[in-house]
Amino acid sequence: MRLTIENLSFRYGGREVLHEISFTAEEGELLAILGPNGVGKTTLFKCVMGLERPCGGRILADGTDLSALSPRARAHRVALIPQVHPLSFRYSVFDMVLMGTSHSLSPLALPGERERAAARNALERLGISSLADRPFDRLSGGEQQLVFVARALAQQAKVLLMDEPTASLDYGNRLQVLGAARDLARDGYTVLLSTHDPQHALWFADRALALHQGRILAYGAPREVVTADLLQQLYGRRIALIDTEQGPVVVPQEGD
Amino acid sequence: MANERRARRALLWLGLALVVLFLLSFSLGRYGVPPRQVVKILCARFWELFAGKGTLERTWAPEMETVVINIRLPRIVMACLVGCALSGAGTAFQGVFHNPMASPDILGASSGAAFGAALAILLGASTRMITLSAFGFGLLTVGLVMLVAHRAPGARLINLILAGIMLSSLFNAGTSYIKLVADPSNQLPQITYWLMGSLSGTRLADVPLAFFPMVLGLVPLFLLRWQLNLLSLGEQEARALGVDTHLVRLVLLLSATLVTAASVSVSGMIGWVGLVVPHLCRKLLGSDHRYLMPGSFLCGAAFLLLVDNVSRNLLAVEIPIGILTALVGAPFFLYLITRKEEKSCV
Repeated sequence: MRLTIENLSFRYGGREVLHEISFTAEEGELLAILGPNGVGKTTLFKCVMGLERPCGGRILADGTDLSALSPRARAHRVALIPQVHPLSFRYSVFDMVLMGTSHSLSPLALPGERERAAARNALERLGISSLADRPFDRLSGGEQQLVFVARALAQQAKVLLMDEPTASLDYGNRLQVLGAARDLARDGYTVLLSTHDPQHALWFADRALALHQGRILAYGAPREVVTADLLQQLYGRRIALIDTEQGPVVVPQEGD
Repeated sequence: MANERRARRALLWLGLALVVLFLLSFSLGRYGVPPRQVVKILCARFWELFAGKGTLERTWAPEMETVVINIRLPRIVMACLVGCALSGAGTAFQGVFHNPMASPDILGASSGAAFGAALAILLGASTRMITLSAFGFGLLTVGLVMLVAHRAPGARLINLILAGIMLSSLFNAGTSYIKLVADPSNQLPQITYWLMGSLSGTRLADVPLAFFPMVLGLVPLFLLRWQLNLLSLGEQEARALGVDTHLVRLVLLLSATLVTAASVSVSGMIGWVGLVVPHLCRKLLGSDHRYLMPGSFLCGAAFLLLVDNVSRNLLAVEIPIGILTALVGAPFFLYLITRKEEKSCV
């Protein structure tokens, strides 16, 4: 499913958070969204999810305007994979994943065998079936993040939004979650992933988009987007890129 | 899944315990009725509802039947209904506010109902009018709370809680003022006694008055229990998963308010049930509202029935049940929260 953002603007109070943003995420691609804190990455995702109402522009999924859809119809197309966060109540991993299937049910119905099968398949696909009966809050951060991914798969939406999925993970878990995101893109999902680490974009993304002060600063192949100049502009730090056989490596420059 | 099997088994046991307790409660009291006679009398009554009067031979004293049917049956049924309603509402509020500290009076239903009852007593209204006034003011208060929260900017859930606290204290002040001006020889004790909460003096005619609003509220709470799981994850996540959060939350809050107002208006202020029972059930059944909600219904009914039995049998003078629920509830709650967690999914 192709996600098209057209001239999207968003204001919070008097401050313009997003200014006429336009871009397209193609089916089967992982699009990394870069930018410093407060630049509007999360706002962008919230607009796509219908959690915030943009003050201008359109968001289209395969030509359908998302703002016209009910939460259920929207959840059928777009899934959000939030950052790992504490929950008030304890649910098992299986129940967490099962909750992803809710949009296919009437609000008064309980999930049945079809929904259970979808949840089981999602867990299996990510190789975490063994966690099914464990309490969600007892998992490691990386496992919890994978459960959120599994929930999005059980949701069977073709567009996945990952809001800084690696923010609170250790190095190994980051690579695992990013690898899972890339594999999903290979399987035909459209994945939008916001990240603080430009290296992630270079390693895993098909395309990258840099947001700065509510505008798109650069958009294209990761190697073209992630340059020393751009990183200087985004983060106000001198950063070099060193070419290696495995691709460019981001290296902070000392002495500033 | 293993967790679900365990929850189902626990539900079955809870239901069984409630039935046994229900039947035993008829035997308890100053006028003893053997359990076998209780079952016979109840069956005979039930049978006569379909087959007409006088079709069964009576092998028990008429006083026994009067005690069982006219005195104990209404009170036992009412204890079950009120317990079921309060703990169901508590579970719903805790899920909607995704906060295990929420209780049925969080939106001011109890404070409003107390004010309504005190006002009716001050005006010298009949028992029936006191109940209706309590019910009406309970609903009115929550309506006001929702209106205020709707108009205020910012996070809806926080606004609801703040508006609930404010309007509660406003109505509490009103109740205090009514107590001040009430006739100290008869009205003041009546108000005070009403506020303590009691099921004594429940008549058969009172049961339908509580039954219909409660069922009207409990059915949506039961049917929407899966949505409650999603809501308890938080507004944004629930919405992203396809829940129409505004609508579902409104229906849940209105239903929970309806049952709270109905139970407070027939039984007075019975605290703690709506907070303690959901916690107890979470330990028994887990947090999944598919099992937690029916579990709370059953467990709440059994809990209040048990406490009411103590309230009418422990001492020669009946202890108001509101005092006992606090006396039992508070230490029990402390035990629950200090108990070491087990390494399982409950």
